[in-house]
Amino acid sequence: MIDTFVEQFPILIVTTGVFSAFTILVSGIFSRKIGYYILLFVTAIHFMMSIAILNYVISFGRIHYWIGGWRPPWGIEYVVDHLNAYVLVVILFLSFLSVVFAKRSVEKEIDEKKHPTFYTVMQLLIAGCCGVVVTGDVFNLFVLAEVASLATYALIAIAGGKALRASFTYLILGSIAICFYLLGIGFLYAVTGTLNMIDMRLLLQNIYDNKMVQVAFALVVVGLGIKAAVFPLHTWQPDAYTYAPSAVTLIMSTVVAKTFVYALIRIVFSVFTVNFLQKYINAWELVSWLAAVTIIVGSILAFRQYNIKRMLAYSSIVNVAYIMLGISMFYSYWGLSGALANILNHAVAKGCAFAAIGAIIYKTGLKDVRYYSGLAKKMPYTCGAFLISALTLIGIPPLAGFVTKFYLMLGCLEVKNYTMLAVILLGSLLTLAYFWRVVEEMYFKSVEDENTHGNAEERFNEAPITMLAPTMLLAILCIALGIYWLTSIPLEIIDKMIASMGVILK
Amino acid sequence: MLEAIFEEFFARYNFWTAVLIIFIGIYAAIAKNNLLKKLLGLNLLQTGIFLFFISLGDIGNLQTLGIGDATPPIIWRTAEEKGYMYANPLPHVLMLTGIVVSAATTCVALALLVRIYKEYGTIEEDKILEIEALRGD
Repeated sequence: MIDTFVEQFPILIVTTGVFSAFTILVSGIFSRKIGYYILLFVTAIHFMMSIAILNYVISFGRIHYWIGGWRPPWGIEYVVDHLNAYVLVVILFLSFLSVVFAKRSVEKEIDEKKHPTFYTVMQLLIAGCCGVVVTGDVFNLFVLAEVASLATYALIAIAGGKALRASFTYLILGSIAICFYLLGIGFLYAVTGTLNMIDMRLLLQNIYDNKMVQVAFALVVVGLGIKAAVFPLHTWQPDAYTYAPSAVTLIMSTVVAKTFVYALIRIVFSVFTVNFLQKYINAWELVSWLAAVTIIVGSILAFRQYNIKRMLAYSSIVNVAYIMLGISMFYSYWGLSGALANILNHAVAKGCAFAAIGAIIYKTGLKDVRYYSGLAKKMPYTCGAFLISALTLIGIPPLAGFVTKFYLMLGCLEVKNYTMLAVILLGSLLTLAYFWRVVEEMYFKSVEDENTHGNAEERFNEAPITMLAPTMLLAILCIALGIYWLTSIPLEIIDKMIASMGVILK
Repeated sequence: MLEAIFEEFFARYNFWTAVLIIFIGIYAAIAKNNLLKKLLGLNLLQTGIFLFFISLGDIGNLQTLGIGDATPPIIWRTAEEKGYMYANPLPHVLMLTGIVVSAATTCVALALLVRIYKEYGTIEEDKILEIEALRGD
């Protein structure tokens, strides 16, 4: 009984999400408080639904939902396989935690009058991202990506000041990106006459030599690459992350970034397939070199930043590069596993880092690393969580980030690509360097300021529970996930995901 | 040589126009200093893409096949009897959605521009950056 019901969940998540957004907007007329609770409730329900979907997909296989009963390739189809379901769970989990985190942070950073609209837009963002993840139609992906993007622009701009300029830059670049994607789809539509991903994959099989198809591939990869902030198309990202409100940075760095990385993986592997990549492997190799350059340059740039949010933004670029490095080695099992595992690992670790920083900014208002001296005594739990996320991002075993790097290194060994192995090791060292600065300030610098020795309240000044709980949960997950990934090799879910991407490994 | 180029251009002039508009749009969106001009460039880029999609749906220029121009996608008896080709309506429908998306993007961008003008008193990018540099982080 419940199983047949689960098949409706992909569409329900998107439609109830959009409906809930309007409900929040309308509820804002009556009360400014109630919108938040609607958002919290709906996101919690969606998260549970996504777990049900994952469960269903694992036991029964792919879900196909035909909107309006129109059979593909004519109608829009929602397809959920292992990869979708996994990413859906990741982004809804992080959305839920972001929403929990948002309450106090938004109360402090944003004018109360704007709360209903803020939560409306946040709900639209979550619904749009879920839509991008569950859809099986390339044009529908465009529309939902634009829903998510427009919501993101508005959310960044709500902070005012420099965020406005950052948001406008992102809007221009993001729209150009989406236009490239749309143009790519146009080319693919011109040669295949279909918009359904599965159908398009079948029809493209024999025309990989066609110039239209090659150009379409380049356009789609560049378009989605800009949205996912792949180097050198990342220029909008540091400003946007730095000036957005804390809660928005949290949701952008985890949910939005992962959504577009997923979209890129989906189009590259499910529409164009490995055979296409194999055919133009020399061009695709470029991606691995770009990733290698990003890992080094991004880490050095991160080292030069004193604004903590900007530093973490560059760290995000580096982590997307790890994912790109993994998918550039598509012929290696471990390379792909590393990329797929990093979607979750990086979301959890960076979510934890941004949540901890959000809590610190909430309490102290400090964004500059150099003023973090002795913060660990003042906010021990938050700093502890930040320490764990830093260690995860550096890649200390057995934390989650180590697993990513371990898998990727195994992948490099598998394909005998020792340059990339060296790059990953160097990248880890550089990550250690820039995170150590922060940790050193927090834990090992004594406080010279006399005032902090005043009363007990100022010495121990922890963030409110709604901010602390998500941070701690993510920190615990960093450890638990690392142990889970390491102890349960070979991972059935990753095998299934790789199979659902259409990659057949020898 | 020149004749061949002209022939190529006029045979598919709508596609060439789309390409031209797209390139002008991208140039303006990237290179212009005034933020409003950037936005106009973006709109041009989107318009170029709409033109490209709409051209895809048209099955004109069929005289060579002896069929004549395609009719609008409406099924009526004469068309069915004579076996007329009709234009593909799907790209047009897609572009209706595309126009809505483009309008929404423009709305958000214009709202942002109003806020930027209130904040900085200018919408020239270099001046905004100067003001930001003065304000510090």
